[in-house]
Amino acid sequence: MQTKAMRDVFLAALHQKMHEDENLFFVSADFGAPILDKIRADFSNRFINVGIAEQNLINVSVGLALEGFTVYAYAIAPFITMRCYEQIRVNIAILSQLRPMNINLIGVGAGVSYSLSGPTHHCLEDLSIMRTLPNLEVFSPSDYLLTEAYVERTIVQKSPKYLRFDAVPMQPILDLVENFDDGFRVLKAGSKTAIIATGYMSQKAQKVAVDFDVMVIDLYLLNAYDLKKLQTCLKNIETVITLEEGFKGVGGLDSEINSKLKNKQVINLGFEQKYTFEVGSREFVHERNGLGEQDLVKLLKAVA
Amino acid sequence: MIDTAYLKQQAKFLRTETLKIHKAAPEVRVASSLSPIELFTALFYGGLLRYNPKDPRDENRDRLVISKGHGSICMYPLLADLGFFDKAELKRVCKSGSFLGGIPDPIIAGYETVNGSLGHGLGVACGMALALKTKNSNRKAVVLTGDGELNEGANWEAIMCAAQHKLDNLTLLVDYNKVSMLDFSKNIIDLNSLRAKFEAFNWQVYEIEDGHDVEAVYNTLKTALSDQQQQPKVVIAHTIKGKGVPFLETHPLSHILSVKEGDIDGLVEEINNAD
Repeated sequence: MQTKAMRDVFLAALHQKMHEDENLFFVSADFGAPILDKIRADFSNRFINVGIAEQNLINVSVGLALEGFTVYAYAIAPFITMRCYEQIRVNIAILSQLRPMNINLIGVGAGVSYSLSGPTHHCLEDLSIMRTLPNLEVFSPSDYLLTEAYVERTIVQKSPKYLRFDAVPMQPILDLVENFDDGFRVLKAGSKTAIIATGYMSQKAQKVAVDFDVMVIDLYLLNAYDLKKLQTCLKNIETVITLEEGFKGVGGLDSEINSKLKNKQVINLGFEQKYTFEVGSREFVHERNGLGEQDLVKLLKAVA
Repeated sequence: MIDTAYLKQQAKFLRTETLKIHKAAPEVRVASSLSPIELFTALFYGGLLRYNPKDPRDENRDRLVISKGHGSICMYPLLADLGFFDKAELKRVCKSGSFLGGIPDPIIAGYETVNGSLGHGLGVACGMALALKTKNSNRKAVVLTGDGELNEGANWEAIMCAAQHKLDNLTLLVDYNKVSMLDFSKNIIDLNSLRAKFEAFNWQVYEIEDGHDVEAVYNTLKTALSDQQQQPKVVIAHTIKGKGVPFLETHPLSHILSVKEGDIDGLVEEINNAD
């Protein structure tokens, strides 16, 4: 399979949809992509660049969505979540409970996918802070096929969503997306131990678990997955390892799993609560935080 | 011609009814709800705004975003009077289970956006104005902010955006009452060059020297709302915080002060007997 960036695949599919559906409106905070130039050229009356102004990005998008447009707001992940968190809380989370709005917040740069750019561009808080908001679905895909499969849902499901895209082109983990609405998928079977990961960490889990009898689960609809089905999958599992590119123990994937799977031993893996200033590859940043491939293999040897 | 006597009477009605609500619910912000009364009077009773009490989200309405929501309790009697909800509800403001709270939200028919946190309305209204233009609608987006509220940076992101995209169907009304929460605004963030600021940002600026002269308010709003220039418009209305309650009118802490329950009947009588 080809290597592709999530945003390129998503935007290409959206570009097609914008031909068919005159209700789709794209708002960027001066953040681009090659395919976005096409969207801007072909749909100049449904594209606006609000400039480097994330608070206004959210507010303008909300105004458009209240008027019935299906809106896509687009910026770098840490900025579209944290620079304008109160706009999201007041004008999306709170207001959408009273007035319908279809607004899709697209953040590019999940976890440490911008590893060289340092702590401002590392996005390790968003899973927990976005998950805590009522009325907002959090989508954390692990590959571009899942991302592509979500496009239809952004149109059909008329409610607010946060899409957390990786910045780095990757191959798909599986060739086919099935039962998307389950919100999770089993990447690999295993008998007693399971890794539940999200985003890029699902790719990594699949890689490091290859020689172990370990189930790998990719959870991508963080607050909208089928819990009963997940529990059924995990019926014989005794130990669950959560794995995320996010700060550990403060409300992200680990908190979700810890609160739902109370009868199992759960080990939480994520970033320590500190920022990493030393630049390097993504794997280097992971190693600095005890999440390198070798660290994970070592843990699996001990547990599985 | 507009019936000025009628507008004056309606402004008196809103001012006295607001004080009566405050008497029963002292929690509401009374001073900042008394300064924009003539603006609302001209918009609604002067027929400058299109609205539909039977269908508050009617596509044909103008969008009024009241960004200084806490300072708009005078809208309660206005909306009830126009039939947006039952007048009996006015007796239940801030009572358990009432939808008329200390800070209005869109659970109240007639409100568009969530209030309580300042500096949000203008950007949302920019999005509405852009949407209306895209839909080829000739309806307008009108926003009311306070002056202290303009300290919030998000407003200025929206102010730049509205001019850049020539949102000529957007009109901002500034209830320039010059008192923030803890002091006169000029002692906190001085906006004394507000007209020049908006002109520099390429907005069309209108100014009302006496925001309680309802005829002047009506005439200026009418001109601003029908201005065809391809720019967003701002109407800076010089108002008095706590208008109608003498001790509030000059007090730097008027925002957080309440009027004594026993004083309200006398104030209502004074307002009704005034010119």
